[in-house]
Amino acid sequence: MGDWKAITVPVLSSDSKNIFQYTSAKKVSPSSMNSQVLRLPLPSSKSTHGFFSAFCTEENIEQSVSYLDRELTTLGFPSIYAESKGKELNLISIINCMNELLVLQHKNLRAQEEVEIQHLKLGSDMEHLQNCYAKLKEQLELSKREIVGLQERDRQLQSKNRNLHQLLKNEKDEVQKLQNIISSRATQYNHDMKRKEREYNKLKERLHQLVMNKKDKKIAMEVLNYVGRADGKRGAWRTDKTEARNEEEMYKVLLSDYEQRQKQLLVENAELKKVLQQMKKEIISLLPPQKQKPKERSEDGPVLSDLEEDIGELNKENMWELSCETVREQLTNSIRKQWRMLKNHVEKLDNQVSRVRSGALNEKDVISREDHELETEKLELEIQQCKEMIRTQQQLLQQQLMSPCDDDTTLILQDCYLLEERERLQEEWRLFREQKKNFEKERRSFTEAAIRLGLERKAFEEDRGTWLKQQFLSMSTDCKHSENVTAPSAFLGSSDQDNRLAISTSQRKPHCVLSVPVSPEPCQMSQYITHNSSSAASKTPAGDSKSNQWVERDKEETE
Amino acid sequence: MDFSELFKLSGLLGRFSPDGKCLASCVQFRLVVRDASTLQVLQLYTCLDQIQYIEWSSDSLFILCAMYKRGIVQVWSLEQPDWHCKIDEGSVGLVASCWSPDGRHILNTTEFHLRITVWSLCTKSVSYIKYPKACQQGIAFTKDGRYMAVAERRDCKDFISIFVCSDWQLLRHFDTETQDLFGIEWAPNGCVLAVWDTCLEYKILLYSLDGRLLSTYQAYEWSLGVKSIAWSPSSQFLAIGSYDEKVRILNHVTWKKITEFEHPATIANTKTIVYKEVEKSLSVETERLSFPPTRALASSLFSTQSKYDVSQVPVSLQYIKPVADRANPKMGIGMLAFSPDNCFLATKNDNIPNAVWIWDIQKLKLFVVLEQLCAVQSFQWDPRQPRLAVCTGNSKVYLWSPAGCVAVQVPLEGDFQIVSLSWHASGDSMALLSKDNFCMCYLEREEV
Repeated sequence: MGDWKAITVPVLSSDSKNIFQYTSAKKVSPSSMNSQVLRLPLPSSKSTHGFFSAFCTEENIEQSVSYLDRELTTLGFPSIYAESKGKELNLISIINCMNELLVLQHKNLRAQEEVEIQHLKLGSDMEHLQNCYAKLKEQLELSKREIVGLQERDRQLQSKNRNLHQLLKNEKDEVQKLQNIISSRATQYNHDMKRKEREYNKLKERLHQLVMNKKDKKIAMEVLNYVGRADGKRGAWRTDKTEARNEEEMYKVLLSDYEQRQKQLLVENAELKKVLQQMKKEIISLLPPQKQKPKERSEDGPVLSDLEEDIGELNKENMWELSCETVREQLTNSIRKQWRMLKNHVEKLDNQVSRVRSGALNEKDVISREDHELETEKLELEIQQCKEMIRTQQQLLQQQLMSPCDDDTTLILQDCYLLEERERLQEEWRLFREQKKNFEKERRSFTEAAIRLGLERKAFEEDRGTWLKQQFLSMSTDCKHSENVTAPSAFLGSSDQDNRLAISTSQRKPHCVLSVPVSPEPCQMSQYITHNSSSAASKTPAGDSKSNQWVERDKEETE
Repeated sequence: MDFSELFKLSGLLGRFSPDGKCLASCVQFRLVVRDASTLQVLQLYTCLDQIQYIEWSSDSLFILCAMYKRGIVQVWSLEQPDWHCKIDEGSVGLVASCWSPDGRHILNTTEFHLRITVWSLCTKSVSYIKYPKACQQGIAFTKDGRYMAVAERRDCKDFISIFVCSDWQLLRHFDTETQDLFGIEWAPNGCVLAVWDTCLEYKILLYSLDGRLLSTYQAYEWSLGVKSIAWSPSSQFLAIGSYDEKVRILNHVTWKKITEFEHPATIANTKTIVYKEVEKSLSVETERLSFPPTRALASSLFSTQSKYDVSQVPVSLQYIKPVADRANPKMGIGMLAFSPDNCFLATKNDNIPNAVWIWDIQKLKLFVVLEQLCAVQSFQWDPRQPRLAVCTGNSKVYLWSPAGCVAVQVPLEGDFQIVSLSWHASGDSMALLSKDNFCMCYLEREEV
């Protein structure tokens, strides 16, 4: 809007030309507007005059002023008159009004500029949108056309497919038909063939009969002399026995063949079982041990426990001899299980390797390549060192054994060896002697102990004897008239000793009898007494007299 | 390798004796017995007519000569040249003749397969087997010579009779589930009999010695079926060659197919070695030429040397598609042979007549392909080692062993087209037979 609307006053028709000129010029550009605004007061005084005289001339100053005042007041500006009524113009207010109007004018111009800018922007936006719209419309058109084309193709292909299916079905039907035709023709031919064959057979029979009937003398064999059989035996009659024998032979042949085949199969079976067992062992050895991974244990726990049971069962050697179904199944199942585990394990390793390569987390059980290589290097170094050590030791040893090249050293060495040996021997001698002494001592102590033991025994016997006597005495005081007492007392005498002896002998009798029932009593007694006497003899001489008495008495007794 | 000179031969009838000492050959109506190593004539017999078939007895003491046209079989003795024996079938006619395994009986098949007559040389007895089957391989003896299987046909059904060779007693007689039995063959262990059907029906039946049916194998229906079969020497495998250019191998435990060998025209597997026969051109210096040209020069000019080159895989072989409307087409696996050590199988696909395929049985894979310049006529394994001799109708003999292969030109004048060959039992020599001649080839121990 570059119109100067506010200025169109119907009165100024004569100068409308100028104004229109200006107004038309206004539409060109906003930048030129300002220059126009500024240029307005600049044109020649004539035109300015002309311009300004268009509104206010010398005649209608008051009218124009009052008009201006009215307009300004309606616009809200203060009056330009000094007082409300009056003809004096308030210059300040006029100047203020002018300023205000200028300011307003500027504001309006700016607003206009902005509006125009916006207008332009909107125009360009609109153009852009229109272009986009046009392009999208084109694309839409294209896509629609494509879709149509593809749909067309799809339809064509489907129809082709249907045609091909149809053809295939037709072909199959034809094939079936041809097969039927062939089979029917075949049966027809077979039938014809059979008919012809029967005719032919009839002819043959007829011919055979004719030939046989002719009794052709020519059908004969002329031979100079008959030849012996290949195996030298005579021909045998054909009997039932021979028939049975032939049957038997035939079955033998068959059986031997089957047996041979079965043997081969058994051998093969055994070999395969061995191979499977080996494989199983190797697979078990390849699988990782269970201590390291609790995770794996939880997964494979139940399987492994079964495995272990299986292993326990199937590793028994005698199980391999059985060829029953269950063992075979168990074996194959266990191998399958283990193979699967091994496969899983290998897959896991593969995954770990790939993960390591891609630089992801380094699990503790995956040794990185560098570490592995370092370890191997270290180990190799160690091996080298050990080898060198062994070599040096070997060299030294050889030197030792071989080095004595001059006689002196050899002699000295030999002497050294001899000395060594001698010292060793002396040591041993010493030890030996010591041991000997120890043995002597012990022997002596043993003999002493034995002597003591004998003495003690004698004492013990004496004590026993006295105790028994006492017992007897005590018993005899209780009952005065006992036969046991009188009989021996009449025989042996009246001394206490005798009594005691008697008692003791009588007491001993049953004792003796009990101990050795077979031998006669007196002999036994004498033996016992003599034994006692011998033992007594080793004791103190005091006891000797007693025993001597006893012996004498006993001798009397026996006599 | 040494070659003997050429000797006359007719009817490809050159046979080594089973003990390896002699070589019998026929020239028209004469039978010549030579020493196998020196080729010196040991005996000469004259027969009544042109000989069509000769066979040594198993103990190498007798030779039978069959003259089918006259219906006569003459037997000659080596020990006693004066001894003679003539069997005249008269008006009944003669179609085939063979020895029994004990070497004392002769089985004659009369014309129209009316009957098989068993003539005995020891006694005056004659036995007859009625209704023999008119097929390619109707009589089969076990390797140990104890049993004989005869295919019979009565009332349009096939039967098999098993006889005990020692007294010709019938042991078993059973019917077979075949449409039209084509052949029978015993396994080398003498316990299994393979019976196969006509080529119109792919069917192989396996019978045990006592007549039980062990298994049936049928690979497919309707197309032409079995063309040739071969047992492995250990009786472990049965190789079946069929018209669909494939060999199927059955195993003796389950009698099921364990593998299939295909014979495609293009060999793509890099592990296969392909030996191609190429001609070496001889360069003759013009100064050496003389007129008239000497015999040796002439033969060397016109004979082409050839050697083997290893071809780079993939190799494409010459494939021939036979005419579709003829019977017995030249397609499929026509020849099958196992090596004596059971390690290799040699096959020939009649669609690719110039190639011999050698399969490694231990790995069940194709091992070697020999590509010849001419069509392969026959091949035979050395009876002692894995060495294959091949002849292709020219005057060269080709030997292959795992160490390599060699093409040897027979250095003889004249036209010598080797059509058949026969190894000596020791593997040290072989007889090369052509239509009119034969020669002996002596091999050194270290050869190939």
